[in-house]
Amino acid sequence: MLNRSAYKHYYLMLLPGLVWLFFFNLLPMYGILMAFKDFNPGLGIFKSEWIGFENFKYMFELDDSKQVFQNTVFIAVLKMIGNLIVPLVFALMLNEVKNRLFSRSVQTIVYLPHFLSWVIVAGIMLDILSYTGPVNQLLALFGSDPILFFANADMFPWIIVLSDIWKEFGFAAIIFFAALTSINPEMYEAAAIDGASQFKRLTSITLPSILPVAILLGTLSLGNILNAGFDQIFNLYNPSVYSTGDIIDTWVYRAGLIDMQYGLATAVGLLKSVVGLVLISISYTLAYRFANYRIF
Amino acid sequence: MIEERSLLSKVYNGINILLILLLTLLCILPVWYTLVVSISDRAAVAAGEVFLIPKGINFASYQTIINDGQFFRSFFISVQRVIYGAAITFFVVLLMAYPLSKSTKDFKSRNIFMWLLIFCMLFSGGMVPWFMTMKSLGLINSIWGLVLGGGLPVFNVILVMNFFRNLPKEMEESALIDGAGPWRILFGIFLPLSTPVLATILVFTIVGHWNEFFQALILMTKNENYPLQSYIRQVTANVDLTKLDAESVKRLTSLSNQTLNAAKIFISMLPLLVIYPFFQKYFVKGITLGSVKG
Repeated sequence: MLNRSAYKHYYLMLLPGLVWLFFFNLLPMYGILMAFKDFNPGLGIFKSEWIGFENFKYMFELDDSKQVFQNTVFIAVLKMIGNLIVPLVFALMLNEVKNRLFSRSVQTIVYLPHFLSWVIVAGIMLDILSYTGPVNQLLALFGSDPILFFANADMFPWIIVLSDIWKEFGFAAIIFFAALTSINPEMYEAAAIDGASQFKRLTSITLPSILPVAILLGTLSLGNILNAGFDQIFNLYNPSVYSTGDIIDTWVYRAGLIDMQYGLATAVGLLKSVVGLVLISISYTLAYRFANYRIF
Repeated sequence: MIEERSLLSKVYNGINILLILLLTLLCILPVWYTLVVSISDRAAVAAGEVFLIPKGINFASYQTIINDGQFFRSFFISVQRVIYGAAITFFVVLLMAYPLSKSTKDFKSRNIFMWLLIFCMLFSGGMVPWFMTMKSLGLINSIWGLVLGGGLPVFNVILVMNFFRNLPKEMEESALIDGAGPWRILFGIFLPLSTPVLATILVFTIVGHWNEFFQALILMTKNENYPLQSYIRQVTANVDLTKLDAESVKRLTSLSNQTLNAAKIFISMLPLLVIYPFFQKYFVKGITLGSVKG
């Protein structure tokens, strides 16, 4: 079809993107060497001394490393489950409503929180959950003493998970809305003629049709098991909740950019990236094998 | 249409709608609360008397913002970042997606580039090496660090590429017979047909750049160079509660200017809240196309 002369145009079209990729995606990977060096900013990455896996060894000896890892996985797993189930249930609920205008308006409104940054959501949350804020005022009506929500380490992970679900459930439901509208309406009509109740139609037509999508999305999210949400936690945490709220990314930030332990922070970040890459590859392979899902 | 008349189904549907309304309300309540606080009397807010209905309506906070030079500077840095970022992303992604949408038969090295892109999407050097690179490229305190620093938006390339691959082949073939080259096919045929997916990546890019705060926080050494979100974070940031007892927290809360902060927060979220409903039909389509494909 196409002759070779098209090739030079193709390369020309790829060029700007490849330049961008080189400077801002590939070049930073050179810095990974820092993980295996006793990095000295005065000498630079190349001239600093090799120390092999010392940084990694040190990482495992640290007291907080186990805690930080546990916090990360705990928060991430709860988010993965919540962000799958809540949007699914919400989409099913809205699907039962037959009024198009109502359901469209609801959809527009529930997409809203997705468009707010975590800076903004955190700013509002700190206000609403503050010592004199509306939530504590409400609790006072029931005779409860005010709670310092953001100083309570037991509550913190749950506040994080719930606020993340609040922010994303509507937007995450888009996929399910699409899957629901692609169900053949004749199936419902046939079931209605056979006398199936509304609830029966939900359990024997809607649910089975949408389950494969839910399983696929669940599989694809497996790669996020070490992503507990940096932007969110960074804006909401403080030292009194480090015991339950400090995650790998926030720890790396403090170790690397605040305490300037460059080698150590790079090592931890690298380990996280490698584990993440392996997990995503596994989940994509599973999705490809069992659902024929491909990204390209 | 299926009609249900039994009492049971009426109750079932009633409860369902009630729950949906509750969830929907929960999504706008925080935004409403912010607006209410921003136009209420400062003392009433500090005393915890304001929740759903504004008390002592006034626009003093907004007047204060009008005279706040830093707020405006940050606002325009954000606008600048969004415009540069959206324009560059749009053209780079559009150009890249076309050759990559070819089959390996028509473009032999396509898969090499594809795997390179996928690798860069899934793996990164991490925060510290990234910061070092930005520093050595001289992008500290530069708007270009914010515009380009996030790296090539690979996911957007894949989204547009997949859209191109689903366009009918015949149009391109007939254009080829007429002697059209790759550039004319891309800009004359593919571009006009791709509004949904291009609008989708445009929304993603605008939202991403407008809401991003962290890169700016570490790349900008001077507060005057902060984009809006980083600026907002600075004024609303969490305090270290370990060092405070309940009384001082109370005092601190009444001292901080809640109404002014609420007004700043409200203005900084307004642009996106105004535009997203107009893009809704596009991003809904774009997400559906890009995600679950058999």
